[in-house]
Amino acid sequence: MPVFVLDDNCLMTLKTCTHEKVVIKGLISELRDVCTKVLHLAKALNYSNDDIFAVHLAIEEATVNAVKHGNKRNADKAVTIEYEVTPEKIDVVVTDQGQGFDPNNLADPRCGENIYKTGGRGVLLMKSYMDTVEYNKTGNSVHMIKLNSRHTR
Amino acid sequence: MEEVKPRISIYYAQNATVVTLTDEKILEDEDIKSLEDSIMPLIDGPVSLVIDFASVKFLSSAVLGLLIRISKRINEHKGKLKLCGISPRIFEIFKITRLNEIFDIYDDAKKALQSLK
Repeated sequence: MPVFVLDDNCLMTLKTCTHEKVVIKGLISELRDVCTKVLHLAKALNYSNDDIFAVHLAIEEATVNAVKHGNKRNADKAVTIEYEVTPEKIDVVVTDQGQGFDPNNLADPRCGENIYKTGGRGVLLMKSYMDTVEYNKTGNSVHMIKLNSRHTR
Repeated sequence: MEEVKPRISIYYAQNATVVTLTDEKILEDEDIKSLEDSIMPLIDGPVSLVIDFASVKFLSSAVLGLLIRISKRINEHKGKLKLCGISPRIFEIFKITRLNEIFDIYDDAKKALQSLK
């Protein structure tokens, strides 16, 4: 569905949907640039600041996991971010070239001694802030969806 | 010459050290390392440390890991750690991870300091 939004220069602009697939070798800073692009698109489509914060956090956690835990910081391995931003939802898939993991077998970072661990909270945050978080069978690709909380159905 | 932005500012009040985080966004490994390198040397005994988040608008789980490391070091030295100035959006991250149950969190530095009296 096409919508009209006001851009930074207060010009009425037609926005429909933006879809892009980006493959980046290892660099977290470049992955963050892709995230910034997604957040700008979301802002232009009048997503709320809470939605934008949620998507920012989820993409940050997913890309850091992909580089550190998935690709084990191997600079020769790539991370792929595929995103689609529409007035209704933000759809992001982050894929690494690692061996994957079983997301159902993660320790709950809120329980017992785990709360004192220095890591292991990323997936919990992604699941808490996004409407959908699904891993592929291998566990090296995560598909996340955030619905626009301002979108009237 | 490239300008280096300070990551923290420090002041001493009563018997406590107040560390104010000056970055709006704390994400990069280097930023977290730099914070750790600045804060850890302050914990050299049974100190009372207040960390003020009033300027911070965004952080990731990597910062939570740093807070756990700071807290462990404080406990080893039998000191006290108080957090303050955490915005509602960031407090939500603490609630989701239940870290609000293990950290003493106050509205602002004044209230955190009062709790140490």
